[in-house]
Amino acid sequence: MLHLPILRFGQPYRSLDVASVPDFRTRQPFVTVSQANGGLVRRDLLPQQQARMKAALDAIPVAELVARTKRAAEIFAHDTLPVGEEAQTPDDYVRQLSATTGLPHVMVRRNLEKIRGVMSNVDIVLAGLTRGLPMDILDTGAGEISGHAMGFVSRGDALGVVLPSNSPGVHALWAPTLALKTALVLKPGSAEPWSPYRMIQAFIKAGMPPEAFGYYPTDHASANEILRRCGRGMVFGDVSSTKRWAKDPRVEVHGPGYSKVVLGPDQADDWERYLDVMASSIAENSGRSCVNASGVWVTKHGRAIAEALGARLARVVPRAPEDPEADLAPFADPKVAERISAMVDQGLREPGAEDVTQKHRGKQRVAHFDGGTYLLPTIVHCDSSEHPLANREFLFPFASVVEVPAESMPEILGPTLAVALISDDEGFRRRFFASHDVHRLNLGPVPTQRVAWDQPHEGNLFEHLWARRALQRATA
Amino acid sequence: MSTTTTPDLQAAATVARTRLDAHVREIVQWHFDPATGSDFWLDWAQRAGWDPRAEVKTYDDLVRFGNFQDEWLRGGPVRKWVPKGYTGKPVSLFETGGSTGVPKARINIDDFRIDYANFSTTLPDEFFPKGADWMHIGPSGPRRLRLAIEHLAQHRGGICFMVDLDPRWVIKLIKWGEMEMVEKYKKHVIDQALVLMKAHPNIQCLFTTPKLLEALCERASLKQLGIKGVFCGGTEMTPQFHRFAKEELMEGAYFAPTYGNTLMGLATHRPTGADEDYAIVYYPPCPRAMIEVVDRDQTDKVVDYGATGRVRLTTLTKEFFMPRFLERDEAERERPCALYPWDGVRNVRPFSGFATTVVEGVY
Repeated sequence: MLHLPILRFGQPYRSLDVASVPDFRTRQPFVTVSQANGGLVRRDLLPQQQARMKAALDAIPVAELVARTKRAAEIFAHDTLPVGEEAQTPDDYVRQLSATTGLPHVMVRRNLEKIRGVMSNVDIVLAGLTRGLPMDILDTGAGEISGHAMGFVSRGDALGVVLPSNSPGVHALWAPTLALKTALVLKPGSAEPWSPYRMIQAFIKAGMPPEAFGYYPTDHASANEILRRCGRGMVFGDVSSTKRWAKDPRVEVHGPGYSKVVLGPDQADDWERYLDVMASSIAENSGRSCVNASGVWVTKHGRAIAEALGARLARVVPRAPEDPEADLAPFADPKVAERISAMVDQGLREPGAEDVTQKHRGKQRVAHFDGGTYLLPTIVHCDSSEHPLANREFLFPFASVVEVPAESMPEILGPTLAVALISDDEGFRRRFFASHDVHRLNLGPVPTQRVAWDQPHEGNLFEHLWARRALQRATA
Repeated sequence: MSTTTTPDLQAAATVARTRLDAHVREIVQWHFDPATGSDFWLDWAQRAGWDPRAEVKTYDDLVRFGNFQDEWLRGGPVRKWVPKGYTGKPVSLFETGGSTGVPKARINIDDFRIDYANFSTTLPDEFFPKGADWMHIGPSGPRRLRLAIEHLAQHRGGICFMVDLDPRWVIKLIKWGEMEMVEKYKKHVIDQALVLMKAHPNIQCLFTTPKLLEALCERASLKQLGIKGVFCGGTEMTPQFHRFAKEELMEGAYFAPTYGNTLMGLATHRPTGADEDYAIVYYPPCPRAMIEVVDRDQTDKVVDYGATGRVRLTTLTKEFFMPRFLERDEAERERPCALYPWDGVRNVRPFSGFATTVVEGVY
């Protein structure tokens, strides 16, 4: 059977402790993955080891690291690369990732392209992240811009990343790390070990030093050790699994986004024009990203919008993973689907909310198709912003439509990762610009999940990895 | 090591079994004789309405007792366990880890000395030199290790340095989510050990738990500390840890994993390596204690060799009689070997059949 080893400083290590990851349809073991014991992780992440990892990158100028990242982009997308002791073509990668996560091939390819895009445009991404800083400053830690001395210091030798299984697109977030002269220590999601492994292989083939990489499939406790030990960290997960890190400035937390489409009062009567943006924000990538909308907040016509979205999204049905039309992903673990559906039902038992999709789809929310378990898109109309379902996020195309007074926004939205703000009302817009709770603003009918990579959201990788240093030179 | 049953091994197994049966008769006589037995077992026999002295002739006859209930060991009066034959002797009380509720307690007089003196014969002198001093880093307090490791050191002509770790406090910290405090506590423990190990060059032997061994080796080299032999136990150990310890931590020192507890005594490992995937194979100190692997649902049935089941312990000493106690562990049943011609266990780990998990292996 296919086996994915641990990578210690880029070198494969086969553990005696292995986890078996099943095919989502047959539930039969599909791949085994070496599991790192806690002591091994901690030993590899001793400060002197992290320094060694970083030293390998420090020896290479940023410009060259950027060039190698760009090369790695094409290798990742097009080359046959090692996967354990076997070879993996890009098609194998798509098929394998789909087998353990259920993600339709078309979505895997889309995410592959997203990752390739970020790696391929890493210079543009870095320009966005650094606001145009000449990158060679990072080679020496000091330079001059417009006559001003400028110093930067690395905040940590390695970035430890605890990754999710829900969508490979998230890997685009850490992809520029190496170009920023920071080593990578990755803990892959249990059902999606593929992308980080393949990305590392692509980086190594492109000339990145193998010793700059750690790949440690492991348990929850050792994943926390990665975050604790690495100079900087990044963690993906729900509130309960990430709350421990919420107050640790070394760790960037990527939890639920509670992203929303907001229709301003000036556009309220034209709501039908924006149904596509709303539907796409909710359902693209099967609703699995934190930038997918989980709410549509409007000032008028809430019921009608909910009904129209419900009718539109009821057309989204399970299809075979190989189907190019597939736009809904199943759950690798059927119990998770049942549990999420039960949570929605529990919310619906509170008066004031209705699942408007149900009458259109005429089926249960949980659907079984070709061995997979799916949650069908669900639009809930809420009478009030106080309803328990008004501001919830789930791992499938789910959104609440909530009607609130224009003057209550954006405060009433609460923390929101991405807002698609459809309004030409300057006053209304200004309030969103002033909000601390709104992280990313897509102005106009731009879906929430449409992300320009030079516009970082939920933290800026450069600022996470590098700090400005006060620098003063003796005058001649 | 061969796992086939040769005629020699079969003969050795028969001898061992005969010795076990004789030992069972001796122990049952002692515990159920009104002049020497404990109040607990004498009361038990009276309520049961049969005389074990008359009816128990072999190890297999212990089935008559059913399974020993761990609740019997929780709470007092603890003197009910002291055999009348030992009246007036100094009694020690040892408790189990206490990861669930009231800890189980077992009285001890000389058993820990006998167990550890017997165990001492299994340690290679090259790596655990006679006269070398020992470092104990791990739980002491009410646990048997407190006295047992010191006795082992003394038995081998050494002196034992001790650094304590309170596992119950660690469990609380974990339950509270105070992981930073766990790390600080671990560091505090290792700091103390390093001070002693650097100051006393005759410390050549180490007893510690798997997690503390890892923590120690993150801070120092065993070789540079002068450690030649490591005796490791107290919590669960996986084959992967075993391999990791041998390949990356030992630096030439001998690694002796052990499985034991307050109730049973101390099992001895059979050395394994890459050819057996670093399996951790233990044999009980027959006839003083036995370990069997039984079907998780039909606990009267011992599983086949190589099959997985729940660990069942039986302790047969004059101080303590504990027939057929179902442990919170599972393992594979291991064949007898030349050195230990009776059943052993392979890869002991927490029993997966419980509905709730217990905080385990934290120290």
